[in-house]
Amino acid sequence: MTPADAARGGELSPPRGAPLVELRGITKRFGSLLANDAIDLSVDAGEVLALLGENGAGKSTLTRILYGLSRADAGEIRIAGQPVTVSSPADALAAGVGMVTQEFTLVGPMTVTENLMLAGSPLGRVDRKAARARVLAASERLGVPVDPDAVVERLSVGERQRVEILKALLGDCRVLVLDEPTAVLVPADVELLFASIRRLTAQGMAVVFISHKLHEVVDLADRIGILRRGRLVADLPAEGLDPAAIAALMVGATAAAEVEDEALATAVGLDVGLEGSGPEPTAPAPVADRSRPAALEIHGLTLAGDPRPRVDDVSLTVRAGEIVGVAGVSGNGQTELVALLCGTTPATAGTVHVGGSDVTRLDVAARLRAGLGRLTEDRRGSVVLGLSVEQNLVLEDLDRFRTGPFLSRRRVRAHAESLIERFDIRAAPADPIRSLSGGNMQKVLLARAIERDPTVLVASQPTRGLDVGACEYVYAQLRALREAGSGVLLVSEDLDELIGIADRIVVLSGGRLVGEVAPADATREALGVLMTGGPREPAA
Amino acid sequence: MDFPILAVLAATLTIATPLVFGGLGALLGERTGVLNLGIEGTLYAGAFVGFLVASRTDSLAIATLAAVVAGALAGALMALLTVTLGVNQHVAGIGTTLLLVAACDFTNRLLFGGGERTVTVKFDRLFSGGGILAQYPMTFVAFLLLAPAVWWVLRSTGAGLRLTAVGENPEAADTAGISVARTRWTALVVGGALMALGGSFLTLSVLGTFTLDIVSGRGWICIALVIFGRWKVWPVVLGALLFGFFDALQLQLAITSAFGSVPNELLIALPYLVVIAALAIRGRGVRYPGSYLTPYRRA
Amino acid sequence: MRFVLRSREPRWLAPASVGVAVLLTLLLTAGPIRMAGSAPVAAFERYVVTPLTTPNGLAEVLLAATPLLFTGLAVAIAFRVGYYNIGAEGQFLAGAMATTAVALSLPDLPTVAALPVGLVAGALGGVAWAFLPAFLRRRAGIDEVVTTLLLNPVAVLLLQGLLNGPWRNPETGFPDSERFGSGYELPSLFGTRVHAGLLLGLVLVAVIAVVLLATPLGVRLRAAGQSPSAAEFSGVPVGLLQWRSALVSGALAGLGGASQVMGVQHQLTGSLAAGYGYTGVVVATLGGLSALGVLAVALLLGDVQVGAQNASIRLQLPSQMGGVLTSVLLLTVVAALSVRHYRLVRRTPRSAEPLRAGGG
Repeated sequence: MTPADAARGGELSPPRGAPLVELRGITKRFGSLLANDAIDLSVDAGEVLALLGENGAGKSTLTRILYGLSRADAGEIRIAGQPVTVSSPADALAAGVGMVTQEFTLVGPMTVTENLMLAGSPLGRVDRKAARARVLAASERLGVPVDPDAVVERLSVGERQRVEILKALLGDCRVLVLDEPTAVLVPADVELLFASIRRLTAQGMAVVFISHKLHEVVDLADRIGILRRGRLVADLPAEGLDPAAIAALMVGATAAAEVEDEALATAVGLDVGLEGSGPEPTAPAPVADRSRPAALEIHGLTLAGDPRPRVDDVSLTVRAGEIVGVAGVSGNGQTELVALLCGTTPATAGTVHVGGSDVTRLDVAARLRAGLGRLTEDRRGSVVLGLSVEQNLVLEDLDRFRTGPFLSRRRVRAHAESLIERFDIRAAPADPIRSLSGGNMQKVLLARAIERDPTVLVASQPTRGLDVGACEYVYAQLRALREAGSGVLLVSEDLDELIGIADRIVVLSGGRLVGEVAPADATREALGVLMTGGPREPAA
Repeated sequence: MDFPILAVLAATLTIATPLVFGGLGALLGERTGVLNLGIEGTLYAGAFVGFLVASRTDSLAIATLAAVVAGALAGALMALLTVTLGVNQHVAGIGTTLLLVAACDFTNRLLFGGGERTVTVKFDRLFSGGGILAQYPMTFVAFLLLAPAVWWVLRSTGAGLRLTAVGENPEAADTAGISVARTRWTALVVGGALMALGGSFLTLSVLGTFTLDIVSGRGWICIALVIFGRWKVWPVVLGALLFGFFDALQLQLAITSAFGSVPNELLIALPYLVVIAALAIRGRGVRYPGSYLTPYRRA
Repeated sequence: MRFVLRSREPRWLAPASVGVAVLLTLLLTAGPIRMAGSAPVAAFERYVVTPLTTPNGLAEVLLAATPLLFTGLAVAIAFRVGYYNIGAEGQFLAGAMATTAVALSLPDLPTVAALPVGLVAGALGGVAWAFLPAFLRRRAGIDEVVTTLLLNPVAVLLLQGLLNGPWRNPETGFPDSERFGSGYELPSLFGTRVHAGLLLGLVLVAVIAVVLLATPLGVRLRAAGQSPSAAEFSGVPVGLLQWRSALVSGALAGLGGASQVMGVQHQLTGSLAAGYGYTGVVVATLGGLSALGVLAVALLLGDVQVGAQNASIRLQLPSQMGGVLTSVLLLTVVAALSVRHYRLVRRTPRSAEPLRAGGG
């Protein structure tokens, strides 16, 4: 079957007799956006169904509806042939549907057993011994040992995920939904997870599995459902499918040709990161000249942590007029590194220089004055939601807009209007910033950072959650900044983004810089080997 | 000078009794994430309603019950404001206290005027002559019944687990099928009832009458005790005993002439200062319940 | 039925909510008023309208509003940066006591010296009372709510202790201080009991309004209060602003105490512990934590307070009704303003999904 056939044939795949879960005509709108468009999908007992699609294709919406976290506008859910109303997670659990979302819902200070006792426990006396035994039995089913007496907040991410899965198992679930379970896991934990999933399906459970990583899907799934712009465009057995064909389906047949590269990369086991469509690779940027002044110099930067430092002896130089990419799997110290550079977390050791001046001991305001610009992954945490667009635009530079002791409203307004015009922000100066979309909010933050003409801009996941147009916009701005002679440190999990825009790429793993890839060698293969803890490249 | 240590210890238990009721009442709410600053007013209302009903019925049972009902209603008001409507907890709590105090003062003025002080029936001490054990029945209830019961509920029952889960991570509780709103309402209503019971102790056990300064900041002491006790039952009880001890001590000092030149009021202020000092020492880096002061709405 | 967060809010909604809250307040308090044997409408008229109809009544309203202006501003400026100072009561009393200490030890100062000295002493007294909680918050992260609250009864006890002890009036033997020297009397205005403390309060309202609305500091304070972490990210020194606001808040409350003893009583009495600080929380909250809002609400509550005295004489309606009215108003207004963020929607069954009895 060619990909194009598969795309057409998705709806035609024969309905099976008495599937365990059946979704019929599930439709969900968010305003003008049709997130799920009459989706029909089913899963059998003992089967792993992988749901694939670009960001915003509607995978999460669909699973949230199945688990009662979101309500469908139309459609029907049947479990083992019986129609059920799922208006809350409790309903879903009662119907035998369990889900592990990307945000774990565990009570940190309580033990594993206590967490697992929560659902459906009586008001009266609880039998801890029995509960503990049940936990042990369930972890037996999972095939991975779990300490029932461990306090959850001391567990690693992988262990917490196991507790979440146990929670679903103890709820007697027959269908387990896993929303991007591997995004946060280290490779060893991924192996354990897959082994557990295989054990569970062997016991007759159905698993719905959302992932972006095609090699995992090919590894694990029995069947693959592909969503594109809210519609189910393919529903086919996984057997015999190669990643290239899947990738073609995800981005649409017309884009199939472009995807070949990614598909190739996938074949060697790498995350192709198809979700954020990466920037168009441009003509190779002028390779940063070693003689150019350093915009940002980091020396031995360290943030202590338990049991290992969270940022470990990182040294790095970003020169004026270059974009340095920082690649790495989520949770390997990126967030902490950015916080150290922004000045919101004090460093344990090491120094940071911006434009030649030492800012290590300076507070946020002083770092801003020294020429540091920031764009962090937490957009809503970077603006004061209660203030207006114009107030947020000038918040870092209030004193520049003073006339005598007073804030000049006229100048603030004029400044805001010019930035709104220049950066194409779709908002009025006096609008409350909380009413802005993610893309627009990012434009406000970009405008605020770039307008100050920073010596160096630290940008962390600047396109996460943005639509294609907004992504392109961000890339254009970052490039313009480079042309204007600023340095840019771009922290991203999106390899396409990094390869497309960065002049060189360093890789962060376990809080350490494990290697640097020169522009010519910046391939996914090379990066992927480093990111997954492969051999250390000689630093360029 | 012979220091009457037994008398001081006996007084310690008596003084600590309303603080145990109030502190554990506040603890229940805070364990679910709701700070109830209505406590000062709820103690006051418990004291007044107990007194009012005792004066009309001459029945301590009915009076106690009435105080409990009044406290439950006060807790319900707080729950309506903070849980259902999501009002800022500080403002809602202070408002509730102001309302309850004003309403009691209004009713007091209306029914008892400014004339002779009304005296009601009151509980007798059990084991009178029993030294430290010569206490009012409610003291035994507080230490031997209530504190162990709350401890057991929090530790060993599903209700306790729910309370903690809601207070630490409401999203997690919600996904486990626990109603965050219902849990918080219950905790606030039961907590309010306990606070009022503590207030009624002041009128129905200790004084047998009602005065306008009968509570004088004991509610705030309870809130401090909960932080001091880090939201755990026995440390809160211990804190109440600590306050009780210093209060009993200052009463004793006031009697002995050694401090005759020191105004009484400064001695009365001593235990408050001790509580602040205790907070300053033990309050560093305490870990508040995860959803403290935060209303919950499903995303 | 369920609550759904509104995405955008029409302009009329906030005023309409307050209107509903006022109506609700009248309805809720009508019962107790009737219970006390009065006609609610006549009582409300006494509370709100009557004081404003005579020059003398008007003056009394201004007089009653004066201390609330200070405590309201004190609370507003602290709450605005997310520092929950609920100790304005104690700081108000501390200010009054500090002023008294100065007035009693330097009784013969001439007016030009006595007025500033007395007022500054009051402000410093308030600062001193606010210092410990602010310090503990800044240095050790200890919740200021509890410590500011706990210091309120301590201030009351200190006041009583001083009046029963060292400051007891030697002539009368009453627990009141001696009268201050005439230099410490704030000049009266318009030949009424209204005194220059009101002017001071109005000046402070104007200054604070300008600072909050028209200076960089005002924007920083708002940012710090609304979203401390985001403000910190933008270089706003949140902790420092909270610390300074806490002390300024204490100073404002202390000034209120000074103004009250220097303008009204001309001596320190136990009646000063009348809950001005707690009412300040009401004033600040209802005033939306803005200076002009504080002014408006202080005047309204002053009006109700005078009305309550009036009603207690003319209608035999206990004056505590004024407190009931005020606190019910506070709660209904904050409740109504909270509710307005939500829309009530009826649960709509989805056509394709079978309905279950009792489901949803």
